Amino acid sequence: MQSTKSKVIYTVLAWTIAGLIFFPIFWTILTSFKTESEAIASSPSLFMFDWTLVNYQDVLSRSPYFLHFSNSIIIAVGSSILGLMIAIPAAWSMAFAQTPKTKHLLMWMLSTKMLPPVGVLIPIYLLFRDFGLLDTRIGLVIVMTLINLPIIVWMLFTYFKEIPKDILESARVDGASLSQEIIYVLMPIALPGIASTLLLNIILAWNEAFWTLILTAADAAPLTAFIASYSSPEGLFYAKLSAASAMAIAPILVMGWFSQKQLVRGLSFGAVK
Amino acid sequence: MSTLHSRSLARVALVPAVALLIVWMIVPLCMTIYYSVIDYNLLVPGDNEFIGFLNYEFFLTDPAFTESFYNTLLLVGGVLFITIAGGIGLAVLLDQAMYGQNYVRLLILAPFFVMPTVSALVWKNMFMNPVNGLFAHFAVFLGLEPIDFFSQFPLLSVIIIVSWQWLPFATLILLTSIQSLDREQLEAAELDGAGPFSKFFYMVLPHLSRAITAVILIETIFLLSIFAEIFVTTSGGPGYASTNITYLIYTQSLLQFDVGMASAGGVVAVVIANLVAIVLMRLIGKNLEG
Repeated sequence: MQSTKSKVIYTVLAWTIAGLIFFPIFWTILTSFKTESEAIASSPSLFMFDWTLVNYQDVLSRSPYFLHFSNSIIIAVGSSILGLMIAIPAAWSMAFAQTPKTKHLLMWMLSTKMLPPVGVLIPIYLLFRDFGLLDTRIGLVIVMTLINLPIIVWMLFTYFKEIPKDILESARVDGASLSQEIIYVLMPIALPGIASTLLLNIILAWNEAFWTLILTAADAAPLTAFIASYSSPEGLFYAKLSAASAMAIAPILVMGWFSQKQLVRGLSFGAVK
Repeated sequence: MSTLHSRSLARVALVPAVALLIVWMIVPLCMTIYYSVIDYNLLVPGDNEFIGFLNYEFFLTDPAFTESFYNTLLLVGGVLFITIAGGIGLAVLLDQAMYGQNYVRLLILAPFFVMPTVSALVWKNMFMNPVNGLFAHFAVFLGLEPIDFFSQFPLLSVIIIVSWQWLPFATLILLTSIQSLDREQLEAAELDGAGPFSKFFYMVLPHLSRAITAVILIETIFLLSIFAEIFVTTSGGPGYASTNITYLIYTQSLLQFDVGMASAGGVVAVVIANLVAIVLMRLIGKNLEG
């Protein structure tokens, strides 16, 4: 009986804390269905208000929301796929043809991720200006690919390393060429690892908010930069801000929930398993 | 048994990734170092002459640097303290048997996936706004004076927002670590009469030390570069009250166009981050061998 009682106490405590932590997101979603006057009402009501979709309609019709949404998709997905294409050969090489230098190379790649962006902010900005890459989607895809490349290589390496080498060797003995070895033997085994790497990197790129704020204006701005435009003090439109925010975070929240295991692995660089 | 052929191919396969990272990091970093020793302002056309360490002298003796340096320390330290302490508590709680544990974990994890500009604006407007925010409504309801968070406690407000974003990360990493703790050992300790406190301090906490170190170092890397949360809430103000080093360099370069001085600041930021990175690399390096 003692254990049932403590189980109930822990359940109540945990759900209360989790509810408080989740509350800002819940409140944002709720506010997105209110009218502007209800959104700032001094005695806000929880569910007893006139539910409306007008904010979603307004955000979608009065602002180029779809442009920014597609910018986000192009930048996040594009940079993750491009990053994978560059990283798969490198990770394959480091996992299956290890040399004494491999460890140092991995460490060096990781160290580039630790360089603060302000250390390269000015040259990148000036180079982008001179090459006409400011406020272009292609420019953002390039930047996002490069800042996440170390994480992609690192994650793939940890997945590839777990694949038994015998499988590749027996394929080779059976006369498989190198490209056949990679495409028909390595890829199917590594596919789950590649998929989770892709997922985590889409999440990271979707939420990146340094380079996207600095290098974009009206044309190539993804949702991070578009939402930032709601910070202007002229008009506080809570309900519209909420609707725009809810649409911006919903897809990534769902993806994040599915990839929580990989998150630990990817973001702790294997330091915690 | 890799053949000579496949070994040289393996080396070729590395080239794109390595070359791109060199171009992306080393080249701009060298340019930053070069800009940091010349007199270069985008608004003042000149011959950009070499001025030695003058930019560094100006940057480091500027009162704005001192203030933003302390702000950076407070921001990083404050968020670390809140997220580690809260993360340990939540990890211990989530490790207990309860109903709907998986759903609790999903709810707690959620803030980590919210983009920084959204979480900052939601907190700023819908919670911390002194007139229309939920906290203000609550204060009025209790008959208290609403707090104007961003003018009275600008840095603390940013710390609260950033802690909300990073608490899930700390919790998840620490929970993963706590779940790898040997159950039999714990039960044995219990049989020997160890209470919950001695079990926590002598068994759980030492087991977590490695994960705690990892969380501290990884968070520090990201927290040193906090930008969006300040950009959309306080813009570094009032005065420099919520400006960190990252934001200071941004204002000097892209708002005041002083490339030379901002580059000197960039080099200083790189040096600070390197000190943290060296420790982190040691930790991960050890793990690579194990």
